[in-house]
Amino acid sequence: MDDKLVIAGQELSSRLFIGTGKFHSHRVIPEVINRSGAQVVTVALRRVNLDYPEENMLNYIPDGCIIMPNTSGARNAEEAVRIARIARAACGSNWIKIEVINDNKYLLPDNYETIKATEILVKEGFIVLPYMSPDLIDARRLRDAGAAAVMPLGAPIGTNKGLKARELIKIMIDEIDLPVIVDAGLGRPSHAAEAMEMGAAAVLVNTAIATADDPVAMAEAFSLAVKAGRMAYLAGMGAVKEYAEASSPLTGFLR
Amino acid sequence: MQITVNGQKTTVNEGITLYNFLKDKGLDPQKVVVEHNYRIVRSEEWQNIVLKENDNLEILKFVGGG
Repeated sequence: MDDKLVIAGQELSSRLFIGTGKFHSHRVIPEVINRSGAQVVTVALRRVNLDYPEENMLNYIPDGCIIMPNTSGARNAEEAVRIARIARAACGSNWIKIEVINDNKYLLPDNYETIKATEILVKEGFIVLPYMSPDLIDARRLRDAGAAAVMPLGAPIGTNKGLKARELIKIMIDEIDLPVIVDAGLGRPSHAAEAMEMGAAAVLVNTAIATADDPVAMAEAFSLAVKAGRMAYLAGMGAVKEYAEASSPLTGFLR
Repeated sequence: MQITVNGQKTTVNEGITLYNFLKDKGLDPQKVVVEHNYRIVRSEEWQNIVLKENDNLEILKFVGGG
């Protein structure tokens, strides 16, 4: 089956993107990435603690992966742009996940500031994947600004609640001619499969894998779910009906 | 003299280069990225930058993130 995800002209081998936060040990990350098959991997940029310099996360990401730094910590477009520029200088990757958050309780992204940051960074040659609250009109604005994909949240970050924003994301998938990648909130492989069955181009998973008892096995479980969901989407699912419809013939009964 | 490092006022010796400041902190040039007065500076430039009073440094690295 020739079914490659292409983002900004780049063919990707996996529709599962992985985040590297919250793992108990960095040492498990290479194995998580390998078992998941993920090619796109997110990282964050933070100030060095000069009293306790720690290791660089990039050392744990296998060669061949696309590093997609996020702009977490940014509260507005200006900060996101600054972080993106520093991140590109530091890792040499043009890919950037724009994340602009100024709500501390639900960590909901600020679409308005995200659109502004996208406009600026696209002009500077970045491959921009904005994290957003699911909204068709804002997704169109992001497309017009040159985003390479849009990444609506399934549920608030780290909640593991699943595809709570389902109906709004479905509208985006139906209407936007860009890859729609469900980011945040997916807590189980079945949630990822549900997003893929609906026609999402990919999913980005972090907390659900990082906080599993066995992150490596969970990474593989998500990988299988993403493949199954994608295959079901392409296969075309049967219609949902209100009343029963027998699977066996209703004629020729032995009576 | 005083400079600001990652948002904190810090006292450093007059005339110290960026390279020596970072070396004294035990930082590996391959593992950090430095912004000097809001300009990103590559590690090759560190030797040539002499820190001045009230300079602003951001010393950053990649960590896990989603």
